Amino acid sequence: MTRPGVQEAITRVHRAEWARVVAGLTRKFGDLDVAEEAAAEAFATAVQRWPADGVPPNPGAWLTTTATRKAIDRIRRESKRADKQREAWMASADDPGEPGGAIDDERLRLIFTCCHPALAMETRVALTLRMVGGLTVPEIARAFLVQEAAMGQRITRAKAKIKAARIPYRVPAAGDLPGRVSGVLAVLFLVFNEGYLATGPGTDPVRPDLTAEAVRLARLIRALLPDDGEVAGLLALMLLTEARRAARVSAGGELVTLAEQDRGAWDAALIVEGHRLVRERLAAGVAPGRYQILAAINAVHTSARDARDTDWSQIVALYDQLVRLDPSPIVALNRAVAVAELDGPEVALAAVDRLEQRLAGYHAYQAARADLLRRLGRSREARAAYDRAIELAGNTAETAYLTRRRDQLAVAAEPWKTV
Amino acid sequence: MQYLVSVIDDRTDSGTADEMAAVDVFNDRLQAQGHWVFAGGLAAPSSATVIDNRGGGEPVFTDGPFVETKEYLAGFWVMEAADLDVALKLAAEGSRACNRRVEVRPFL
Repeated sequence: MTRPGVQEAITRVHRAEWARVVAGLTRKFGDLDVAEEAAAEAFATAVQRWPADGVPPNPGAWLTTTATRKAIDRIRRESKRADKQREAWMASADDPGEPGGAIDDERLRLIFTCCHPALAMETRVALTLRMVGGLTVPEIARAFLVQEAAMGQRITRAKAKIKAARIPYRVPAAGDLPGRVSGVLAVLFLVFNEGYLATGPGTDPVRPDLTAEAVRLARLIRALLPDDGEVAGLLALMLLTEARRAARVSAGGELVTLAEQDRGAWDAALIVEGHRLVRERLAAGVAPGRYQILAAINAVHTSARDARDTDWSQIVALYDQLVRLDPSPIVALNRAVAVAELDGPEVALAAVDRLEQRLAGYHAYQAARADLLRRLGRSREARAAYDRAIELAGNTAETAYLTRRRDQLAVAAEPWKTV
Repeated sequence: MQYLVSVIDDRTDSGTADEMAAVDVFNDRLQAQGHWVFAGGLAAPSSATVIDNRGGGEPVFTDGPFVETKEYLAGFWVMEAADLDVALKLAAEGSRACNRRVEVRPFL
């Protein structure tokens, strides 16, 4: 007989404890591979036993004990393995790390190891989702449309490199921390974006599993590094974006623009939480980084009850601030889109056209240009831009939206065809 | 833990006087801080000879490097470092000193 709620309890405990179990075992045994396997075995044992035995009073401790036993078994089985290397790695794990309490969490070491700059970006993403997020290899493979075997190999190779090259298991020194934290945030942002605007013809346009995982990991890092402004900024940015999820895709599977979204369908609780974080950063009085500015822009959008109430001058001012920090053409494109609301589509189009050389192959550039041309009544050019945007867009909902816009344009431009 | 730091080059001229001076300063620092194991610069790849004596008997000598590439190994450091973070920092300084890309690879 299965006790009620045991499945839910296992899922909850898995979310809450996986990273802690892996991190603790990695510290103890100096081997990510041993830690991962033992943690997985311990959870498998829980799945077998808890329905009959009941959930233990302290599930985390039960899992750690079980996993530790599994790890010791494996090490005994493979006693020939290179102990010297492991000992050396364990010595590095025994460094006291940064003093200051909150920062010295095992899980933080795990995150910094998984997001090490010597690993390729896609490897960091996969490793973080596996070791910190607790996703299985098949789940990660599906998330990134990669063959399971290839994803497994990527993770295996990464673990081998960490061990052979001795990527340290520790929180970086204070001087290196900002750069390394921004590397971690880049990984989380990438996971979030893949969920927010999923690519590929066979995928759902929005992948709430990935956005939710990114938010969860961002919350974890926020709890571990509460004073880091960019961590708070990224979490706020994710929350304010995630809040609009239900309104972003229509029942017909079409992307709904910010202006056309049903604002009543936004998640009020997430917006309140996001706004609180943005206010906290404003009150800190420290010059904001990229994520904090992006969060502030999203805070302005989500403060408007109606799209027409949006404070566009505030948004353009924030983009100006962002351009100074990040002079990339993509930021300039987003700024131009905001400028269209403040100074009109003609001014915006001039700014967009200046980016052609660098962004001609970017779907959002073509889509923004198409929209501005449409608003200016330049239908023929708008149509060509929509065609380009549709060709380049990888997201099914976005393609559907762009196609409808283009086809409406054709009708408006050639009214005799409407008969 | 030891790391091989390979200097990647695609130029035919050897290091400039400025580069040599910067490398000397960097080497002194490696020695003073206990990271130095060994280092050396290599002659052009065209001066290499490949030897194959896998079958025993008469070794076969082939003129030139074992693989022809646009980029080649121009020199190397062997460094002692506690972990990859330390090795990467040192390698970054080395890259700056010799004004070339470098590759870090751990010894077994």
